[in-house]
Amino acid sequence: MTDLMGTKRRGGKLDLQAEPVILNIGPSHPATHATLRFIAELDGETILSLTPEFGYLHRCFEKESESHTWTQVVTYTDRLNYVSPLMNNVGYAMAVEKLCAIEVTERCKYVRVLISEISRIIDHMVCIGTNMVDLGALTNFWYFWKPREEAYMHLIEPLTGTRLTTGYTRIGGMQWDLPEGWVQKCRDICRNVFLPAIADVNALLSKNRIFIERTMGVGSITAKDAIAMGFTGPCLRAAGVPLDLRKDETYLVYDRFDFDVPIGEHGDTCDRYMVRMEEMRQSVRIIEQALDQLPGGPINVDDTRYVLPDKQLVYTNIESLMQHFKNIFEGIHVPAGEVYSATEAANGELGYYIVSKGGGGPYKIKVRPPCFNMFQAMPLLCEGQMIADLVAVLGSVNIVAGELDR
Amino acid sequence: MAVGDRPASAPPGGGYALTTLESMIAWGRKYSIYPFTFATACCGIEVMGAFGTHYDLSRFGAEVVRFSPRQADMLLVAGTVNYKMAPVLVRIYEQMLEPKWVVAMGACASSGGFYNNYSVLQGIDKIIPVDVYIPGCPPNPEGIIDAVVAIQKLLETGAPRAAERWPIKI
Amino acid sequence: MAEENNSPVLRKLAEKFGDAIVSTHSGFGDDTAVVRREKIVEICTFLRDDPDLRFEFAMDLTGVDYLGEVPRFEVVYHLYSMEKKRRVRIKSRLHEEDPTIDSVSSVWPGMNWYEREAFDMYGIVFRDHPNLVRILMYEGFVGHPLRKDYPKAKRQPTVGPVE
Repeated sequence: MTDLMGTKRRGGKLDLQAEPVILNIGPSHPATHATLRFIAELDGETILSLTPEFGYLHRCFEKESESHTWTQVVTYTDRLNYVSPLMNNVGYAMAVEKLCAIEVTERCKYVRVLISEISRIIDHMVCIGTNMVDLGALTNFWYFWKPREEAYMHLIEPLTGTRLTTGYTRIGGMQWDLPEGWVQKCRDICRNVFLPAIADVNALLSKNRIFIERTMGVGSITAKDAIAMGFTGPCLRAAGVPLDLRKDETYLVYDRFDFDVPIGEHGDTCDRYMVRMEEMRQSVRIIEQALDQLPGGPINVDDTRYVLPDKQLVYTNIESLMQHFKNIFEGIHVPAGEVYSATEAANGELGYYIVSKGGGGPYKIKVRPPCFNMFQAMPLLCEGQMIADLVAVLGSVNIVAGELDR
Repeated sequence: MAVGDRPASAPPGGGYALTTLESMIAWGRKYSIYPFTFATACCGIEVMGAFGTHYDLSRFGAEVVRFSPRQADMLLVAGTVNYKMAPVLVRIYEQMLEPKWVVAMGACASSGGFYNNYSVLQGIDKIIPVDVYIPGCPPNPEGIIDAVVAIQKLLETGAPRAAERWPIKI
Repeated sequence: MAEENNSPVLRKLAEKFGDAIVSTHSGFGDDTAVVRREKIVEICTFLRDDPDLRFEFAMDLTGVDYLGEVPRFEVVYHLYSMEKKRRVRIKSRLHEEDPTIDSVSSVWPGMNWYEREAFDMYGIVFRDHPNLVRILMYEGFVGHPLRKDYPKAKRQPTVGPVE
């Protein structure tokens, strides 16, 4: 292996007078968050070149969705970004509703905003928690894991029935309405669980010298490069680009809330962490406003072509029974066409490109994963830095393999 | 290498018979299982929840998670294993020292889950012997605790491990 | 044939490129232009650099297999302009016998891996791509799995341990 590449890059002199070493990191490695692999060419501890590889969790979301009905695909979308599954459900339902030209009810929009923001908070908690574990700051992981458990036990499980793979949205509405006492519990948890946990972790990290020295200036990217590589989400905002689909291409009822979008400066790991922390606080703001403004009314649209009819009618009325049967066995009939719908997921722009040829199931669904671009840019973020910096950067860009590999 | 013809990795001559000394060893072993979490997908998040403060797997002794297969004795496969990942899993299994136990967590590791396609291995028991299967998608952290307790029972009663009747001819 | 439409993006494209634009529509609120594959890099560069359009973000690139139709494959690009807050979809049809198209990774470096994925899944070859190899499937996999004639549950013999 010639080291021409290495010597050119470092101005002709290797740090240690030896040949560069090729180190294989992953795919089963604690710091690579499951199934990522890097092939790093190292000069001592400095990374000369980095080749990321993935596909170790490729579960064929697209191929599976081609042989299932529209509603059955919702369960596959849960497993995309499995840390915030409700957001994937919402994104998919919105895409199909755009194709069917359905407008969901007001209450449904508010509930979707609520579950999206709760998912955003828990996603950022996992991201920061695991990033800190990789840096050795294990306490933050536990500080963030407790609010997640509270959210699971008191919010997500009573609402959807399960902790993680929720499958809560349906085309035209939701699986069912909010249970009793959920609104009060949500308010409670936001104030007494999420905000104190964020404050605790902030107190531990934001002025901590070790944290600052390990994350400031590490893995930085300029705004121009970030745009060229197609970054979106907190990683893009940390680089200074003020793009947030909730404000720029507002969907659901985000235009009725008053919230800020944090923007970083240098695009390094510290900025990504700060942006995520602030986004969590802003999400709590949105949740409180949404809970205040939550309207009553039905949760599903009143259209039995897409939504299952009321159970009493199904038992007593033959048309409703037939409609119920057709919706489940054949799948709802979505018009032919193609549509691209994007939402601001916790990691960035989660896009669904759906091609339909009419009929009960999709012809093709492509998911545009937000972390794909960030993982692609890992060489740009890490080359020239050290191995330990790779670990810090990888945690901060929040690669979720379910989404990356699909 | 085709899937399914893994050589037997357990020593010949049968089970894990117990005498008084060995029951002492079994007692020590069962309360200090070192898990290697081979977490690939969503089940990995529930594994983290099981080790968390609410479900607390350390009550059962299986707290010390080792990220090196040489230092672990229970391989907890959490998540989907696909054909690209399968050689990695087999290599990790081979690197673990005897005695070792394998727990297949979740529907995907047990049988492929609801992914029956060109990329997903339909259950890790096609390539390595599995002692305990945890059903669920994903299973509750309580399911993981259940599996650890089941492994402890296996240790206690000296029941033969799955590795001893491997490979299973399907 | 470019139809009458209200979208400034599609009108500008039609003006500049004339009959390289095969057709346009704005179904379901998404501006879409089907273009000839020979001019794809020119069109993309124009979309990125023109001061009225400024599509700095290439959000997605994928292939679609319309088995039974001729031409069979389609490459779909989704672009976003943060400045003008607009989206556009560019599509280009490719024949089964010659599914090649120029790579746009010189226009947007972020499209590099998307093109590798389209190659892996559909077999669409991108000319001048810096590194067109499989990305999701393992080395040694034969075929292009997302094509409609590849059966979903077809198994192939697996490969040995990772080197």
